Amino acid sequence: MAITKDTVRYVANLARVELSEKELEHFTGQLDRILEYVHKLKGLEVKELAPTSHVLDIKNVYRDDIIKESLPASEVIKNSPDREGDLFKVKNIIEA
Amino acid sequence: MELNKLTAHGLKHLLDKGDISNIDICNDVLEAIEKKDKALNAIVHFDKEKAIEKSKASKGLPIFIKDNICVKDELTTCSSKILSGFRPPYNATVIEKLLKKDFVLMGKTNMDEFAFGSSTESSCYGPTKNPWDLERIPGGSSGGSAACVAADEAIFALGSDTGGSIRQPAALCGVVGLKPTYGRVSRYGLIAFASSLDQIGTLTKDVEDAALLLKTISGHDAMDSTSVPVSTPDYSLKIKDSIKGLRIGVPQEYFGQGLDSDVKDSVLKAIDKIGQLGAKCEKVSLPHTEYAVAVYYIVATAEASSNLARFDGVQYGLRAKDVKSIEEMYKKTRALGFGDEAKRRIILGTFALSSGYYDAYYLRALRVRTLIKKDFDEAFAKFDAILTPTSPTPAFKIGEKTQDPLTMYLSDIFTISANLAGIPGVSIPCGFTKENLPVGLQILGKPFDEETILKVAYNYEQATEWHKKRPDL
Repeated sequence: MAITKDTVRYVANLARVELSEKELEHFTGQLDRILEYVHKLKGLEVKELAPTSHVLDIKNVYRDDIIKESLPASEVIKNSPDREGDLFKVKNIIEA
Repeated sequence: MELNKLTAHGLKHLLDKGDISNIDICNDVLEAIEKKDKALNAIVHFDKEKAIEKSKASKGLPIFIKDNICVKDELTTCSSKILSGFRPPYNATVIEKLLKKDFVLMGKTNMDEFAFGSSTESSCYGPTKNPWDLERIPGGSSGGSAACVAADEAIFALGSDTGGSIRQPAALCGVVGLKPTYGRVSRYGLIAFASSLDQIGTLTKDVEDAALLLKTISGHDAMDSTSVPVSTPDYSLKIKDSIKGLRIGVPQEYFGQGLDSDVKDSVLKAIDKIGQLGAKCEKVSLPHTEYAVAVYYIVATAEASSNLARFDGVQYGLRAKDVKSIEEMYKKTRALGFGDEAKRRIILGTFALSSGYYDAYYLRALRVRTLIKKDFDEAFAKFDAILTPTSPTPAFKIGEKTQDPLTMYLSDIFTISANLAGIPGVSIPCGFTKENLPVGLQILGKPFDEETILKVAYNYEQATEWHKKRPDL
């Protein structure tokens, strides 16, 4: 097995996705097959190779530090499912 | 006159002569949508009255936009429940460029949820159908854009391509699909899937339209730090030059097991034709091709898991109700809002990046990506372009591959490498199978050399009639 049900449960929690028992079962089988397929990469000698995270030959990209107008807060917040004034509203983050 | 059936350059000519107005075009497009889109489901956000209003206020051509590109104050949902109701407060850079040139934004096209798929079946709005056979998928993830162009519901459309999402549906619907070089077109306002792979591109009825539209959307943008400051050529001028003497590589790894025999026949005939037109076609090897799908599904899902962390119910879209804590809200919102394929990819990507697995999966995949890129560097030292099939099979049946994600992933086998290497690619119609399904030829080029692949595409297109064939709907 490339991945177990416990690992899928653990990773889903890291990703903040709630899974039903049925989904857990279903995804574990599918992910196991996908990872078995990915294991073909193990056959290659790659230690000496630099990783390519990005194909462009650029490192840092700077722009001029000019003050420009930003979107008004009311515009930025207008899609929020819950808000108070110009603030996003959510459940308590810190226990009282 | 059914103006919806014409190309953009054809319509421009008529507009310039004063024979027609852009309202005439809009009306014919609207009529086609009313007639066909109930069956196709290619267009997901569309307001007829608004479209008429907009075309009255402008002089330009109507265009459709994939649902993952932000249009100010218009629904932009990535065909996902988690973004239901989202109206961006700003335009993507490509949209600003289109508006500057008077294009009329007609509406948004269907796609696989967050562009995760090769069939447009993972959309929360239901699948788009292939206009050549309504029981089949149009390809994906830009299936809505490809299908509406193929069915003449649109003159042209924008899509995005992370692993073939423009080229594969273009091939399966019989239209021209162009993925530009990584860095050619600004991605500011494209809702990110995999940031080292995503690129915006075009779906058009012919190569000249692809050249026109590419010129319109290209160029450096300070809002996207991966957009490259290079000049934008006038593609339409150079594509008509002869391809005599051009050196073209045909990679043997793309013609082996799993390739449909009708697809193979059509593509080999197309390569012969391109040889007859004066190019020198020779065998080449891209030895690490067989590793591309494995590398891609680690790299792309890792990046996706990070990019999709922003969908947490706080700032936009769906939020789960009746929850006791913020953490429960995150988890329930994401459980309700994401479809199966999105969950699968988020979990796979989080796994590949998690402590204990990072080196074995993510880092290893990035190192193999170096080998895939090197294959292309070496091939392009000898060749000006590379020819391959776009997809190993023609359009498959709806539901055929949804139960088996790995089989679905393997349908991207010929398009993925171009994204991993960042090179441009175009798919053009090159024939039909015995079941009358379109086949696509893929032309790959050097970074920032879209001119050469469009030139090969244009020369082939002018010598054949495939691009003129349209489905009976």
